[in-house]
Amino acid sequence: MGDAEISTSQWRYVEVGRVVRFNGGEFNGRLAAIVEIIDHKRVLVDGPSEKAPVPRHSAALAHVSLTPLVISQLPRACGVGVLKKKWEKAEVDSKFEQSTWAKKAAQFQKRRQLNDFERFKVLKLRKQARYEVRKSLAKVRSSA
Amino acid sequence: MLGYFMEGMIPELSRVTSVLTSWRADFGLALNGLAQNLPTRDFGTSPLTRLSTSTTPVLTPHIAARWFPCRLQEYQVIGRHLPSEANPTPKLYRMRIFAPNDVVAKSRFWYFLGKLRKIKKANGEIVTMNLIHEKRPQKVKNFGIWIRYDSRSGTHNMYKEYREMSRSDAVDALYQDMSARHRSRFRDIQILKVVEVKKADDVRRPYIKQLLTKGLKFPLPHRVSKPKSGKIFAASRPSTFF
Repeated sequence: MGDAEISTSQWRYVEVGRVVRFNGGEFNGRLAAIVEIIDHKRVLVDGPSEKAPVPRHSAALAHVSLTPLVISQLPRACGVGVLKKKWEKAEVDSKFEQSTWAKKAAQFQKRRQLNDFERFKVLKLRKQARYEVRKSLAKVRSSA
Repeated sequence: MLGYFMEGMIPELSRVTSVLTSWRADFGLALNGLAQNLPTRDFGTSPLTRLSTSTTPVLTPHIAARWFPCRLQEYQVIGRHLPSEANPTPKLYRMRIFAPNDVVAKSRFWYFLGKLRKIKKANGEIVTMNLIHEKRPQKVKNFGIWIRYDSRSGTHNMYKEYREMSRSDAVDALYQDMSARHRSRFRDIQILKVVEVKKADDVRRPYIKQLLTKGLKFPLPHRVSKPKSGKIFAASRPSTFF
């Protein structure tokens, strides 16, 4: 038998302290932490972020995405004050802003607000950038 | 909104009740002093309203739908037999009724009271009616519900458990669950008792017990994302496994 290397999938878990991001709805794009698991389809979430707060409510797991961030040692069904402290200590907002996910989301957001001429400018700039990349790639190829 | 609603309602109601009492007097209906001071819907003048837990006015369904996203509300309905010369102070009956609006709540009150006592809508009156609000609507609780329901072949008693944020949510979940598993309708189900199960050891059903394990966590291995554009056909298969 061949030596197959088997590794388990690196799942993100639904767990107390997991930071989730709303995809759609009233709180689209906002972050919240799971405070308690209600059942296999719903969780109690609360987002104490100052810029984009999410009130404590029951949210369907179908309406949120799990982020890689987890607030460690978050007690189950903890109060608003405790969560806010832990949230700030874990630097959830700044950590998420640095992630590729947030950067991509911001880019999409910006692109969507462009007008026709601005979209044209983006197209031109992307073409120029691609041209430069290809030029340098061709140089490397010919020398090799 | 609430203040405006209440202020707007009270003179309107007092006018209606005064008309009602005078109408009763005209027809020679015997009413003692207490009954005359006792309008059908009272927001705080009568000592009887002190029995109630909240002083929220009776809501119209469209207002209720805007305020409460839950489909069912819990009402407290207090009613009695109409006072007569033989019995000027009839016994008050109180019920906590889960209904989508106050009209249905009153109807259910008469339905149950007619079954339990020899009182019907024609010879009785509703004294007060209030909405009962959840005390802690942001806390997740386990509820035990006892019901009696009529299946196609007979009547059964049942005990079921639900994990929800409020009593009315739990009862709503019960109606959905019963309609799914037993094809039973709203009219077939009588709610006997709704109790919060405070201790995890007292939870009886395995489907709730499994949610109370310590350090519970689970992955979401299969995610079907809805296309935002609402297109029916796609050029490529969606990825559901992350």
